[in-house]
Amino acid sequence: MRDAAVAIVGVGALGCAAAEGLACAGVGRLVLLDGDVVERSNLHRQLLHRDADRGRPKVESAAERLAALAPGCAIDCRAVRVTAENAVDLLADATCIVDATDGFESKFLLNDAAVALGTPLVHAGIVRFLGQLMTIIPGLSACYRCLFVAPPRPGDVPSCQEAGVLGSLAGTIGLLQAAEVLRYLTGSGPLLTDRLLTYDALANRFRHVRLRRNPSCPVCAARLAAAPRNR
Amino acid sequence: MAIQVRIPTPLRKLTGGAESVSGSGATVAALVQDLETRHPGLKERICDDAGKVRRFVNVYVNGDDIRFLDNLDTPVKDGDEISIVPAIAGGTR
Repeated sequence: MRDAAVAIVGVGALGCAAAEGLACAGVGRLVLLDGDVVERSNLHRQLLHRDADRGRPKVESAAERLAALAPGCAIDCRAVRVTAENAVDLLADATCIVDATDGFESKFLLNDAAVALGTPLVHAGIVRFLGQLMTIIPGLSACYRCLFVAPPRPGDVPSCQEAGVLGSLAGTIGLLQAAEVLRYLTGSGPLLTDRLLTYDALANRFRHVRLRRNPSCPVCAARLAAAPRNR
Repeated sequence: MAIQVRIPTPLRKLTGGAESVSGSGATVAALVQDLETRHPGLKERICDDAGKVRRFVNVYVNGDDIRFLDNLDTPVKDGDEISIVPAIAGGTR
């Protein structure tokens, strides 16, 4: 775990919780990637940022708090948005990637980049009272495009910004992402591969949905089964 | 005994907040049509204008993805459990 470098893409609600969970658990290095700055409307759910941080890059604000919480964890800050042009370069050295982004384009992009790199990805999505979580081990388990072939058209599905999200749901799912990364890095416990964990925060119910690789998946079908990268 | 359909939270405003609703039909397509009569608006959240399941929604019969069965022609019967799983994207910014 001390030798691991975990890339956290998005330092919003999911990313703050996941980063804190990983830094405090003893992960050696976190790479924080986010091009946004802190806004007041973020503060109820993005618990590494403070009111005084408004206007600062989120990666800086988060890194400062993480350094105070877990001084043994090295933090790399990249105040950039991950795009199709830079994704592979930015993520090439990661042991594992945490998808804490907001928006379908980013989620599909990260899936495709992780599969191309052969790097495990812990995906999550949240909206209102619903959270979803799955782990992708490229070449071995179903990827996000095996589950959903393509993003919806803009406007077909409301975003968190439009529909809102329960702050504590975001924290719950972000910490579950951290736990999933820790299971991967330490090789302990079954991963959320080939299944989607859903958390209904209204009914207070966790469920698993069985997944399987899509033999005609446009991203991972051609990838032969290969051992995941070193833990 | 009817067919039980689990409704994800984003669609529950169409079911009066119900987490699970009952329906009937011999196939998923017939079930969706039946649900539409009981909960107007539900069908268009599941199917597109061409009548196919939307690409960001998956439907499961007893845990099996209907894309790997017979899609909307997948047979269903009383006692089956249907799950609707939408893609969600928040993170959040």
